[in-house]
Amino acid sequence: MKYLDEYRDSTIARALAAEIAAVTTRHWVLMEICGGQTHTIMRYGLDELLPSKIELVHGPGCPVCVTPLETIDKAIALALLPDVTLVSYGDMLRVPGSNSDLFRAKAQGADIRVVYSPVEAVRIAQANPDRKVVFLAIGFETTAPANAMAAWRAKQQNLTNFSMLVSHVLVPPAIRALLASRDNRIQGFIAPGHVCTIVGCQDYEDLAREFSIPIVVGGFEPVDLLEAILMLVKQLEAGDVCVENQYVRSVTYAGNQHAQRILKEVFEVADQKWRGIGEIPRSGLKFRSEYAAYDANLVFNLDVITADEPAECISALVLQGLRKPTDCAAFAIRCTPENPLGAPMVSSEGACAAYYHYRRHVKELA
Amino acid sequence: MSSKSITDITCAIPLPARDTVLLGHGSGGRLSAELVRDIFLPAFGDPELARLNDQAVVSIGDSRIAMTTDSFVINPLFFPGGDIGSLAVNGTVNDLAVGGATPLFLSVAFILEEGLSMDVLHRVVRSLQVAAEAANVRVVTGDTKVVERGKGDGLFINTTGIGLVPAGISLSADNAQPGDKILLSGPVGEHGIAILAQREGLEFETTIESDCAPLHTLCAEILSAGAGVRCMRDLTRGGLSSALNEIAAQAKVGVELNETAIPVREEVKGACEMLGFDPLYVANEGKLIAIVAPDSAENVLSAMRRNRFGQQSSIIGTITAAHVGLVTMKTLLGTTRVVDMLSGDQLPRIC
Amino acid sequence: MCLAIPGKVLEVADRDGVRTGRVQFGGIVRSVCFDFLPEANAGDYVMVHVGFAISQVDEREAERTFSLLREMGALEEEFPAEESSPIAEKDLA
Repeated sequence: MKYLDEYRDSTIARALAAEIAAVTTRHWVLMEICGGQTHTIMRYGLDELLPSKIELVHGPGCPVCVTPLETIDKAIALALLPDVTLVSYGDMLRVPGSNSDLFRAKAQGADIRVVYSPVEAVRIAQANPDRKVVFLAIGFETTAPANAMAAWRAKQQNLTNFSMLVSHVLVPPAIRALLASRDNRIQGFIAPGHVCTIVGCQDYEDLAREFSIPIVVGGFEPVDLLEAILMLVKQLEAGDVCVENQYVRSVTYAGNQHAQRILKEVFEVADQKWRGIGEIPRSGLKFRSEYAAYDANLVFNLDVITADEPAECISALVLQGLRKPTDCAAFAIRCTPENPLGAPMVSSEGACAAYYHYRRHVKELA
Repeated sequence: MSSKSITDITCAIPLPARDTVLLGHGSGGRLSAELVRDIFLPAFGDPELARLNDQAVVSIGDSRIAMTTDSFVINPLFFPGGDIGSLAVNGTVNDLAVGGATPLFLSVAFILEEGLSMDVLHRVVRSLQVAAEAANVRVVTGDTKVVERGKGDGLFINTTGIGLVPAGISLSADNAQPGDKILLSGPVGEHGIAILAQREGLEFETTIESDCAPLHTLCAEILSAGAGVRCMRDLTRGGLSSALNEIAAQAKVGVELNETAIPVREEVKGACEMLGFDPLYVANEGKLIAIVAPDSAENVLSAMRRNRFGQQSSIIGTITAAHVGLVTMKTLLGTTRVVDMLSGDQLPRIC
Repeated sequence: MCLAIPGKVLEVADRDGVRTGRVQFGGIVRSVCFDFLPEANAGDYVMVHVGFAISQVDEREAERTFSLLREMGALEEEFPAEESSPIAEKDLA
């Protein structure tokens, strides 16, 4: 597949790793923000190729992991209503709520359907006028525009049986919160390439300047991540601080104007709770008042009681890059994908799940 | 036949309290294994059952009889490359053949949903007969039940297959030893992708057809080609990964795979990339793996490649004494990753 | 987050006020919405996320940067990394 396979080339990957080793003179702590990037690092064992002086910590870029517990509980409660059809991306079905998850709800008879695209969610509403269709719309800035289009189209068509339970999170405020933390050790960031495809690079320039920290916008294939790490390390070694774009085949400085426009039309910035981290001001998106009729929070009167997260779960620390999944006492013992204590062990993007699925042998061999 | 909606998604992850059966219990991965371990094995306490091979081999007089049973609950009933009828025959034949048996007789039991179209039933039965003839097996007994509308997904089929195991053949996963080679009969993931392409909510265009096929001649040729065949396994739900993880657990060995040696067709790859699937976990219905002693491996490989259903066979890995019970893979980049046992079915992801 | 993959646009047109098209990903084809990328045409490569085209692959930029990587890879093959690097350790193993 063009523009994919070449970025998995073994020789180029090794050449990049060798170059990184050649230019690294001291210990650097880097964070890749996006869960998809974490996934690639684990699945391709990039940590095996990097010199030990480079420490990668994993960021909170897993929208599934950070969807508030209340939202999961609400989705489950809605799905269990007899006249509701809950439509969701596949990723969300595994995530533990306070005392259930969407799959258990399905086993209890809930009408839950998985879709690949928000377009399908609208289609399901059109095809089933007697059902109240609720679309669990989660994501970062990459997915928010597509989710926005679902609401926009529903409004255009005056659909009366469609609403959305949204949980959209914005990356820059989360990075700001991480950098402002006293425990922060991160010295350079790999910014999420698909988020920047939508929003462009401006926000990251502001961050780089404000915190004097280099940022490289990176792609998602092994060669992309290694090249981004090389660019970051070169900046750090030289004492440079700027934003560079590694993912030139997809990211432009201005981003995608059409997508940005629909975001502004349908959503507005709001305070948002991040599961495991807490509330971060102005870090989320909620519906504008013109779209109130499509906001499931307003359409349905829901009161859910949310439990505390299991005490043993350190997902808060993992999501902020302060601990690795293997630092957790419960990892792979009491916390596994079958019996998860927290969201990062369940989501395919979660750092804990990535370590468990791909790198467990490292612990075994130790 | 209208395509069913993705409401018949399969369970990805179970919850700690196992008070109900979940869809994941049927997906061929970790949950299914738990059900067998926690409920079925303790109840029946049979040593042959406990070997957990695809078929049981029992002695009656001087003959060794292989016996297997299978149920087919697939939806949609008709898919590119096959249907529930051909699947029922080939799946059963393959379970027998990978045990070294010559498949001979089948029983076929139908559970039909009230209201099912007669035409659909005709088509399924005709397809079943064609497949039986191609596999050289006789359908000698059967049964029919009808359930109320809404309780049957249209049509379910249960089969039992019987075959004869020639003297001297004793295949089992626990024969596998460090140093043995793992041979794969062809590209993986075709059946699963062919089915997925029709699912509402995911639909895409593809020329991929299910690889549903009878592998009895391939198995016979493998056994004639070399003395060192330890065991064979046909790949079904849960994909290549499940079969290898099961062998690693049963034989108490480790497995080391080579990613570059595992063939995946472009279409399967494209679909997997789009949906976020790993081809190693996608269902197959006409592929097998053979665990073979190192000095027989090349002979067996040549024999496989001469068979119609093994033309793209390759050696994909080795059995090892290291990391017992774990399947690892040398990636495209030469690094190592674990190929974990599936917990439930894969779900399309956006992240 | 954000699983987006590159595909080749086979066709794209306006249909009932919505811009949709068909995109090929390594052998399979899927319908994709082009509301965010109205200027894309057949033959272009685009990145697709949840059924929406979100960017057009800048083929010239991609070729320019990749050719540098390709050269790096060629050099690595001719003159493999020094003994002190972790990769060399693995080569020796």
